[in-house]
Amino acid sequence: MAFGKPDLGSITPKGASFDPALVNKMMGKFGHGGFLNMEYVGHGGDWVELAIDWREDLVADPDTGILASAVIISLMDNATSMSIWTKLGEFRPQVTMDLRIDYLRPSPSGERVYGRGICYHLTNSIGFVRGFAHNGNPDEPLAHATGTFIRIGDRVA
Amino acid sequence: MIDMPALPPYARALDMRIVDELDGAPVIAMPFADRVQGRPGFLHGGAISGLLEIAAIAAIHRALRAKGSDSAIKQVNVTVDFMRGGVDHMTFAVGEVTRLGRTMANVEARAWQEDRDKPIAMGYMHYLIRAKREG
Repeated sequence: MAFGKPDLGSITPKGASFDPALVNKMMGKFGHGGFLNMEYVGHGGDWVELAIDWREDLVADPDTGILASAVIISLMDNATSMSIWTKLGEFRPQVTMDLRIDYLRPSPSGERVYGRGICYHLTNSIGFVRGFAHNGNPDEPLAHATGTFIRIGDRVA
Repeated sequence: MIDMPALPPYARALDMRIVDELDGAPVIAMPFADRVQGRPGFLHGGAISGLLEIAAIAAIHRALRAKGSDSAIKQVNVTVDFMRGGVDHMTFAVGEVTRLGRTMANVEARAWQEDRDKPIAMGYMHYLIRAKREG
């Protein structure tokens, strides 16, 4: 492995329920999650909320300071992915099949972005997710997300 | 001739570069590194989406300039299909403006690694076209 990152399957002890705060300590500190410095905010039975602080090097339009759209995608990807494990109560290997984001409004320059991922249905193979991003007030969303994840069983590599 | 502004800070932070041109659109390359990695050994979907986004923006800028337009764009939405895991290789992406109207543009972007006929992801974006405000 060229880059060290803990195996997510091994950090949740067998028989223990899935802990998004603990898992985000890995997903949010290494790799792309670490680059974006994703932080755990909270979770419920079928949702996980993460956040990313505005940063100059995440900007797509230097004239306005608006974040790259893909920063929101990464945030929603991680939050929705973790919402599946949270609903399941355990980690299972999966990959994103597709993700759609509607940008309702830009995230203002300097503002922290929160992303809440919700798993609204699970089958043996597929996790159906939706979610939204906001700047601190969930009643004023800036983006909506919807997507699917597919379980990859043992075919991780 | 450079007819596109320098790549934005986000693209530079992920070490993206314009490396080629394909059917009049810039080809953007992104090297594999820890900062774009998701699960161990694979690209993060968000980083792939970022490469698709930069390729789409580059393509639309090029298409607008070709029309002599200095309009600005605003992204409305994006759908990304993830088809293959991105591994420890250079990743490329190029955008294709499938329709450029007066008020909106449809763009498709494709990301691949060793074989362009085996995309690792496709992005489908809608942009609003807005006349640049004077002054």
